[in-house]
Amino acid sequence: MSEIETEEISTEQPDEPASEAPARSAALVMAIAEAIIFVSDEPITSKILGEIIGEDKQTVQAAIEELQKEYEERSGGLQIREIAGGWQLATRTEYHEEVRKFLKTRPSAKLSLAALETLSVIAYKQPVTVPEILEIRGVQSASAIKTLLEKRLIVTKGHKETVGRPMQYGTSKDFLIQFGLNDLSDLPSIEDFEDLSITALDQQQ
Amino acid sequence: MQSTTEQYSFNFLTEIPEIVGGSSDELKLKLGEFAGPLDLLLYLIKQEQANIFDIPIAKITNSYLVYIRLMKSLDIAVAADFIVMAATLIEIKSKMLLPRDPAAASDAEEFEDPRKELVDQLLEYEKFKSAAQMLYERSTVEQAVFKRGAIESDDNNAEISATVFDLLTVFQKIVLRHKEEVSLEIEREEISLADMIKALRKRIFAELELNLLTFFEDFHTRRELVTAFIAVLEIVRTEEVKLVQKATFGDIFLKKVGVGSN
Repeated sequence: MSEIETEEISTEQPDEPASEAPARSAALVMAIAEAIIFVSDEPITSKILGEIIGEDKQTVQAAIEELQKEYEERSGGLQIREIAGGWQLATRTEYHEEVRKFLKTRPSAKLSLAALETLSVIAYKQPVTVPEILEIRGVQSASAIKTLLEKRLIVTKGHKETVGRPMQYGTSKDFLIQFGLNDLSDLPSIEDFEDLSITALDQQQ
Repeated sequence: MQSTTEQYSFNFLTEIPEIVGGSSDELKLKLGEFAGPLDLLLYLIKQEQANIFDIPIAKITNSYLVYIRLMKSLDIAVAADFIVMAATLIEIKSKMLLPRDPAAASDAEEFEDPRKELVDQLLEYEKFKSAAQMLYERSTVEQAVFKRGAIESDDNNAEISATVFDLLTVFQKIVLRHKEEVSLEIEREEISLADMIKALRKRIFAELELNLLTFFEDFHTRRELVTAFIAVLEIVRTEEVKLVQKATFGDIFLKKVGVGSN
């Protein structure tokens, strides 16, 4: 991989030593990063990209942000997104109908209301145990948890050191990917929902 | 006070379910939406346009019980948690009907509203219900975004991914397909397992890659199919042959090891 770099650099500017090359290799870093993001089937981190390209993480990060801007400005059919801590090339939502028509796919099965509620409790309260989920939802969530585990949206996070040592659950990387989140801090704060529901009540009265 | 008690008291054995509005089909649909007792309770409170901080407990308890009864009459299994909530509501209602200690009544701040715990629970639950709504919307948007599929590489080729269960599924398909055709079985020369394995080996080695469906299609009787199936299991176990599935739920191929993608 370092072979490519030196080769390319030397063709462009043969007089300068490779070590002083951040400015002139920026376009190259962007190009290689774009190629790798294209072939990667899951979000790829700046760190891994950096290791492959042979540049430090910050350089790669900056290059991809620049690349992302280019895609934005072009307003084409593709976008570069930061998902689950990595970078991903994806189609724009605007064209989903046509893409779906081509792929002949239908939206995949939605989660049940119970599963979504359970998932929201786990996402905000993790690591969280089954009794703790029951306390909030007021209903057993065993089958919802089973579904979420099967769909790999949640993972077990060890036992809680309390009576009965109940299993704790948290969200997975697949959760971030499937819900288009970069990390958990992308989720709106749970307190924001409180304001929402109280406003809704006020309006009702 | 006494008449109120009469009005809202419930006899679990004799009470006849009321159909609240519309046909029973419509209700059935609605009932299916409740994710739990708190969900149902929130719905009832909103339907009554009641203030969540001042729930008309008798009225809400009444409609709650009507709903549960209705669920039972529509043969929807009522989860134990719904019954627990019914008991909680009745307990709160009875506490509220009890006359307050006249001595304590003057000191309003000391008086703990029996509904408080439930209200807190409802408010907390409502936040997560809204969060669930948000997640639902996010996943909907996310389904409109398409990513690249996997590119063939050493890490993601699908070998080994076909399990015995996948095999059984294929086998079942074949058996089903032949079920109707074979109405009369004529006595014929049975092929032995050894011969079957020999034939199968020959085909794999000649064709390098053999679709299981194609292979099974050559056989017509149940007995032959079973022999063929066992032969497949046997050949995979003992020989340099692998089962390969190129896509999830795709056809399964028998493949000689050391040929093709490697």
